[in-house]
Amino acid sequence: MTAIETAELSLRRSRALMVAALALLAAVYVRALAFTPVEATQGPAQKIFYVHVPSAWVAFLAFAVVGVCSVLYLIFKEPRLDRIAAASAEVGVVFTTGVLLTGPIWAKPIWGAWWTWDARLSSTLFLWFLYFAYLVLRTAVQEQGQRARYSAVLGILGALLVPFIHLSVQMFRTLHPQAVVLNPEGPTLPGSMLATLLFSLAVMTLLYTGLVWHRYAQAERDEARAERAADDAR
Amino acid sequence: MGEVLRHALAIAGKDLRLEFRSRTAFLSALVFTALVLAIFQFARDPTAVSAVDLAPGILWITFSFAGLLGLNRAFALERENRALDGLLLSPASRTALYLGKVLANLVFVGLVEAIALPLFAIFFNVPVLGVLGPLVAVIALATIGFVAVGTLMSSIAVSTRFAELMLPVLMLPFLMPPITAAVQMTARIFAGRPFSEIIGWLKLLVAYDVAFLVVCILVFEHTIEE
Amino acid sequence: MTAPARHPVLTVRDLARSFGPVRALRGVDFTLDAGEVLAIFGPNGAGKTTLLRILAGLLRPERGEVLLGGQSAVRAAASQRRRVGLISHATFLYDGLTASENLEFYGRLYGVSDPRARALAALEAVALAERAATFAGTMSRGMLQRLALARALLHEPDIVLLDEPFTGLDQAAAAALRRQLVRLREERRTVVLVTHNLDEGLELATHTAFQVAGRFVECAPKDGDAADYRRRYAEATAAHG
Repeated sequence: MTAIETAELSLRRSRALMVAALALLAAVYVRALAFTPVEATQGPAQKIFYVHVPSAWVAFLAFAVVGVCSVLYLIFKEPRLDRIAAASAEVGVVFTTGVLLTGPIWAKPIWGAWWTWDARLSSTLFLWFLYFAYLVLRTAVQEQGQRARYSAVLGILGALLVPFIHLSVQMFRTLHPQAVVLNPEGPTLPGSMLATLLFSLAVMTLLYTGLVWHRYAQAERDEARAERAADDAR
Repeated sequence: MGEVLRHALAIAGKDLRLEFRSRTAFLSALVFTALVLAIFQFARDPTAVSAVDLAPGILWITFSFAGLLGLNRAFALERENRALDGLLLSPASRTALYLGKVLANLVFVGLVEAIALPLFAIFFNVPVLGVLGPLVAVIALATIGFVAVGTLMSSIAVSTRFAELMLPVLMLPFLMPPITAAVQMTARIFAGRPFSEIIGWLKLLVAYDVAFLVVCILVFEHTIEE
Repeated sequence: MTAPARHPVLTVRDLARSFGPVRALRGVDFTLDAGEVLAIFGPNGAGKTTLLRILAGLLRPERGEVLLGGQSAVRAAASQRRRVGLISHATFLYDGLTASENLEFYGRLYGVSDPRARALAALEAVALAERAATFAGTMSRGMLQRLALARALLHEPDIVLLDEPFTGLDQAAAAALRRQLVRLREERRTVVLVTHNLDEGLELATHTAFQVAGRFVECAPKDGDAADYRRRYAEATAAHG
């Protein structure tokens, strides 16, 4: 099979995975809305937790993938690793944006403020800036090899930065007690809530995988087409 | 090891000689810093909050801006006549090149900070003399972290389009931990708080400096080798 | 008496390098010994600069090997870079430093003993001694080329690489450069000269090669006069361009 055909097969398969994941996501919503008990103190608004928390998990997972692929790329110089990192970053920033949007939607009815500098949300905000820097850097470099190298360096430094941001935020937070006593996650999770959360987590991860695969396959196909065009021109 | 240091010093020396011959970048950074400090004076309500409360934040934001200005020069000056190729041709290791640039940047930013600090003390009537020792230590530690990462980022940014825009975008997430630590420590130093309240942030800052210096040294060659 | 086995000064084997989809070098081989001058002729885009940059250690090849005196320069330590000097279109000099300051700086990088004395000696060798205190930014193109030559030879490299060194030089400066290159040959250094100027290349060369589209079309000891070469070069570029 030619390179383009392989890429297009990947595209079809990943599209199927995405559709499946989205269908499962719909199932998660149904379960969360209809079949999971309403949280006592926070009310129905709390249900956004089932989307918010798994999205945050995926957002950080995606950057971890970027970091790992970056290290591997600098060792092996394999362009596929760079493609995975790029795809993961593009999907990761979407999930991160999702977290930053659902945060306020949850916060407003419960705490009365659109934004709180809660530890996790603050870390996620800086994660978003990191993704932004990574993606902007990629657009600012034309040559493939150089772009991959620079992205990998930024990916590694960024992955190293995340724990420091976490620590800084935590240390900062302990000085400024939360305005509200409520713990955003709910005290302990009773069985069915935990089940919904885990289900959502699994589906989000599946969705992430499908999306990354799809972006990767798109990049693969575009590069194969560019090479075919370059070959034809010669 | 000695050779790495010798090469780094030669490179830093060359950079500083070029820099202080033309002086434009240095004077611009100084004037810019003074300007930022002055603007802060009018960017607050003097009756609402005392200067000492805001002072640490103002100081560190000012230092950050000045630092960002200074960082761009480091690799920009190697672009004329492709001087960077000359450096890469030579036996000097990539680590020596990185360290040389870091040293030159430290001197540059350090000098700007040394002049900005008294200015800051005068403008905002903050008593720094009594706590000069600890304050200088904090400034030094935070600057090291800032310059270590910034030098690496400027090596990347210099060969992108919009290099001057690219550097702040790349740098700013990395500034959050050292600036947060520096502001917290500075505030406590001004307020005369005991060391036990500072040590946590100190550890964070030192860990940041060490971690990033090491990693930057390791990955630097990938920002210049083709 | 058989002479002990000795490696040639410069060996290049199957060198290849691409930039994304562009295949700049597609397998180049040659060997050179002390005192030999290889003139590489070729059109723009043939990959000549890429070849020189790999030989100088500025670029890593994707395939193939470069051996300096039998030792790999690709996986080289800094020590191998010491054996090579490069003169390119760009001078690698700092406009804000004087001629002697530029050379002293490079002397320190190459670890020469007494960089200041060596710098002044190098300036004398290229007839720039009275310009020692002149800033590089104020020098003419011809003077800069001589200064660049001084820089490249400061550490007495075995191998000297020249990338279109005659570009932008007037008659007098070109003649001066030619004299210096002849001296390199007499000093038994190995020279690789990339040029599109057949006449100047032929005058200095002991060996010649045509590089077209990333490959050597011809590579042999110099043979024939300028007219022959013009004809063969035209054929080579027409057939493979």
